[in-house]
Amino acid sequence: MDIFLQQIINGLTLGSVYALVALGYTMVYGIIGLINFAHGDVVMIGAMIVTIVVSSLVGADPNASAWFVMGVGILVAVPVCMIVGWTAERVAYRPLRRAPRLAALITAIGVSIILQNLAMMIWGRNYLSFPQIVVPEVYTVMGARISGLQVAIMVIAGVLMAGLTFVVHRTRLGTAMRATSQNREVAGLMGVNINTVISAAFLIGSALAAIAGTMITSYYGVAQYTMGFMLGLKAFTAAVLGGIGNLGGAMLGGLLLGVIEALGSGYIGDITGGFLGSHYQDVFAFVVLVLVLIFRPSGLLGERVGDRA
Amino acid sequence: MMHTQTLQRRTPALTLVGIVLTGVVLAILPFVVGIAGQGWVRIMNFALLYVMLALGLNIVVGFAGLLDLGYIAFYAVGAYTWALLASPHFGLHLPFWAILPISIAVAGLFGVMLGAPTLKLRGDYLAIVTLGFGEIIRIFLTNLNAPVNITNGPQGINRIDAFTVGEFTFGRAETIMGVRFTGPEKYYYLLLAFVLIILLICVRLQNSRIGRAWEAIREDEIAAKAMGINTRNVKLLAFAMGASFGGVAGAMFAAMQGFVSPESFSLTESISILCMVVLGGMGHIPGVILGALILAALPEFLRAVVEPAQHMLFGAVILDPEGIRMLMFGLAMVLVMLFRPAGLWPSAVRKRELAQRKGEAS
Repeated sequence: MDIFLQQIINGLTLGSVYALVALGYTMVYGIIGLINFAHGDVVMIGAMIVTIVVSSLVGADPNASAWFVMGVGILVAVPVCMIVGWTAERVAYRPLRRAPRLAALITAIGVSIILQNLAMMIWGRNYLSFPQIVVPEVYTVMGARISGLQVAIMVIAGVLMAGLTFVVHRTRLGTAMRATSQNREVAGLMGVNINTVISAAFLIGSALAAIAGTMITSYYGVAQYTMGFMLGLKAFTAAVLGGIGNLGGAMLGGLLLGVIEALGSGYIGDITGGFLGSHYQDVFAFVVLVLVLIFRPSGLLGERVGDRA
Repeated sequence: MMHTQTLQRRTPALTLVGIVLTGVVLAILPFVVGIAGQGWVRIMNFALLYVMLALGLNIVVGFAGLLDLGYIAFYAVGAYTWALLASPHFGLHLPFWAILPISIAVAGLFGVMLGAPTLKLRGDYLAIVTLGFGEIIRIFLTNLNAPVNITNGPQGINRIDAFTVGEFTFGRAETIMGVRFTGPEKYYYLLLAFVLIILLICVRLQNSRIGRAWEAIREDEIAAKAMGINTRNVKLLAFAMGASFGGVAGAMFAAMQGFVSPESFSLTESISILCMVVLGGMGHIPGVILGALILAALPEFLRAVVEPAQHMLFGAVILDPEGIRMLMFGLAMVLVMLFRPAGLWPSAVRKRELAQRKGEAS
């Protein structure tokens, strides 16, 4: 039982991060129908910047308070990521809004390659280690161990998701976003400034990505220029799992994917009698995805999507 | 009347001259390129492999309009089939005429296996499932070395037999009728032959009953169904055809390299093949070939250019050449799509459609 609970806790932690990243995918997809392949790399940039800022601050003053150091890191990373996301949209996606959909997908892949290699040239190929500034306080709940960092990740992710839900459902901007995702032309006729709405989606998504990057790098303690790829893939999977274009779906999908992965890698050895080991962790995410989509072709909470590739 | 007749007679003659010229160029190309080094012949061989893959994926994405992000899985299946049946790993050394059909069949089977459960899925959901499928295949290849060693895990399989017809092996250099052929040069002709066969199949298919059924499904699946097309079988056929071409390319890859490992079959490869298809001009065979050749050659070309250029400009290598190379690659992808959204060499129909859409917008 305690192992089960432990895996659930680990899964929820990772799932919170997936959910934050998935929100970025799903917002962009809901509004302009583009799989923003570069989103995972925005997360990576956020992680890199936080790591660099925190390392240099800790290097300058080893006794600096963890809250202060992390706060400065996030305050630097969030605007940078927002600029990166906004620029990508402005330069690479906006001119292609009326082009065939695959054209925009290819530019998104191109942007992803560019971001990765820029990061490699700036920060090098090696793993950057994240300084251990938070003394790992560990609480024990019913036999399972949960660290202060895990609690912080889950709480912050929860607050951010609640905040986003509030923005989307209760503010003028949110109403405009929902209108745009339903029908871009008609929303434009009703006086919604489409370009502002799309930029806003990218800005919000990138800000969330920066925070997700902070979480993942402080959780695992390392950052590297390729880290965004698999993370982005998982997050996109989560978004599709929940029903892409649906905010609640992205949150549900992210948490679910994290838990499934954790439980899967924890128990696969026992289930198959040692035939398959925990290195099949990544397979789990995809197998579940394939199964869900076969039985619910538009995701758990999703609506029907367009017909064509 | 006279006029049209002469025209009709003249056109085939011109085409014939064109074909002969192209043939001569293709035939002597490896020797011309070989002057710059055998490495370039090898790069050309890889470009031909990519042409095969791009043509295969073009059937799925370009003709039938099914976005497949896991296409490399079939390449992997073909390569591992060859590797397992013609290497010391299992002690099997079957001849090519046995392995090649098996590779094609196994890859085609995997195509149907992917296609069958995903028939209902559309658009991006299909894309993500195919992507997942590709990753699953790769992870299994990486991990199927325990408890029963099937794929030899991340180390991969080496000492794979070269392509051998009777006593004639493509792996070694040898002098035939006074001309010295190196291994890569021999493979060049073999691959060229395969590419031509696949090309012929693709061209013939495009205007056949099946090709038109694919196009109908791409444009509107429901209307296609109403017109009496068995969409299920036709879609499965597209998956199987595309997959079997990938299987052939994979088998050739294994035979040529003598070594396969899961690393060669990452998602990045799937994506770069998709980029070839889209960048060249989806659904337009000459465009797809152009896209494959450019994307296969561009990174190698940049590799040769970037370092000397830095020496010339700054007097030393200050920026990571690999990073710069990929950076320019990404930049090229973005720029091509921005300025030619239908691809470098789109089909006439698609170009017209796009122009129309622009007209409506303004």
